[in-house]
Amino acid sequence: MRRNGPLALIFHTIFVIVMVAPILVVCLVAFTPEGFLSLPTNGFSLRWFRTIANYPEFIHAFWVSLGLGALSSFVALLFAVPAALAIARYRFRGRDALAALFLSPLMIPHVVLGIAFLRFFTSAGLGGSFAALIIAHVIIVFPFALRLTLAAATGMDRTVEMAAVSLGAGGWTLFRRVTLPLILPGVISGWALAFIQSFDDLTMTVFLAAPGTETLPVRMFLYIQDNIDPLVTSVSACVIAVTMTALILLDRFYGLDRVLAGKGDTGR
Amino acid sequence: MSAAAEERGARAPWALTAPALMLFVGVLLIPLAMTVMLSFHDWGQYKGIEPVFILKNWREIATDPYYAEMFWRTFRIAILTTLLTALLGAPEAYILNRMSGRWKSFFLLVILGPLLISVVARTLGWALLFGGNNGLVNKLLMSLGAIRSPIPFMFTETGMVVALAHVMMPFMVLSVWAALQRLDPQIENAAMSLGAGPVTIIRRIIMPQIMPGVLSGAIIVFSLSASAFATPAIIGGRRLKVAATLAYDEFLNTLNWPLGAAVATLLLVALVLIVVGSNALIERRYAEVFR
Repeated sequence: MRRNGPLALIFHTIFVIVMVAPILVVCLVAFTPEGFLSLPTNGFSLRWFRTIANYPEFIHAFWVSLGLGALSSFVALLFAVPAALAIARYRFRGRDALAALFLSPLMIPHVVLGIAFLRFFTSAGLGGSFAALIIAHVIIVFPFALRLTLAAATGMDRTVEMAAVSLGAGGWTLFRRVTLPLILPGVISGWALAFIQSFDDLTMTVFLAAPGTETLPVRMFLYIQDNIDPLVTSVSACVIAVTMTALILLDRFYGLDRVLAGKGDTGR
Repeated sequence: MSAAAEERGARAPWALTAPALMLFVGVLLIPLAMTVMLSFHDWGQYKGIEPVFILKNWREIATDPYYAEMFWRTFRIAILTTLLTALLGAPEAYILNRMSGRWKSFFLLVILGPLLISVVARTLGWALLFGGNNGLVNKLLMSLGAIRSPIPFMFTETGMVVALAHVMMPFMVLSVWAALQRLDPQIENAAMSLGAGPVTIIRRIIMPQIMPGVLSGAIIVFSLSASAFATPAIIGGRRLKVAATLAYDEFLNTLNWPLGAAVATLLLVALVLIVVGSNALIERRYAEVFR
């Protein structure tokens, strides 16, 4: 295969700079010592990170986001693991339709989901509650939890299970001692990817969150609507740090390339 | 297998998927149906939502040019974003694919990683870069002599398209990348040995083969851009509305839920028709590639 020429490499360099620039600029401005938006040309300062402490609503929103992401991803897995096992192992009527239904939250615009959930939970008397947020997030992260679990369940070596069955294991013991440990890497990565999706969601959550249940992206969005100052950049830098941590976790357990490549097929 | 085991086998998948199925019917299909119903309800400033069946909201959307303009703007932005990601993302995926192992995976990570970083943070980055008439982007373009006077990016469609293209770029690169993995490098070598120049190779060999990847990437980018909320809301401000931000306003500011539900339903239906339609077209046109 031919190598890239100089023109191709120049294009590539500019491309990568443009891709990284917005994220880099947010992280840099977060360290500014000035009282206004500026790049930290006169040394770095943690001033704006300390300022976050004076805004309890941001800290509260951070805990809401963290709890919501962790809990909704866990609940999604409780539903997704059995469903993934069924889809991976059995050929039954309606299997394709079920899989399409379970992946459909990827195809429905989040603004439509937000509106549907707002209408639904308000009529159910749960408007603005944390419970409503959890249920809504379970739905939007479900496809991600399902996909990675499904990949693990499909690639699993069934002979170990058969050996366990021949030794008298059955039902719950079989699942807990043999099946689950075998698919665990997929389950944990499914949890991490689901967590990131929940932690970053704005479009759907902005419809459901009420004062007290605002997540960090919602809080940031509402703040940016009024004014943009270095405070939101330091908060954003923290959000990026949390996502990076989850990314490293994903990479360790699963390999980031596999996660992202798998995501591409379903992004539609 | 005994008859009993077969019997059990037939019921097991349904038992395993039943909880998830009930969850999806209960809190996805029913709320979506309720939203479609809501779009036919009446609403008034003082009386609130009236559960009747009328076409008022749909007639308003069909006749008031404000909505036609807003939907046209939404789809114009989505189309331009799609074109921009295809024009830049496809060559980049091709260049990436020709890199050697370690660099390839490093840059793939750099380009795809942003996919998982908060859209609010990424858009905030663009707002900082655009920042008024003397933002960094304008300063850079002016010092390079590319433009004479600053381009207004904030609160304009130009800015929205640039920021959205950045947000959506990883999807396009991924999709073209996937198509390139199916491509046999020997075909390129064969063309070269037969005397084809680089332009001919790209036009006659590479392009036709990665086109399905570009098109399926385009469908993803288009549908996500047309329903994008965060980027148009932050870059576009309060005036320049697209479908998602308008629906948000109707729901949380004006409180005219039925009208907002009608806008959302129309967006959903339009997107489903476009996506399913173009998927079918692509699969028919490129049936041999997908086999």
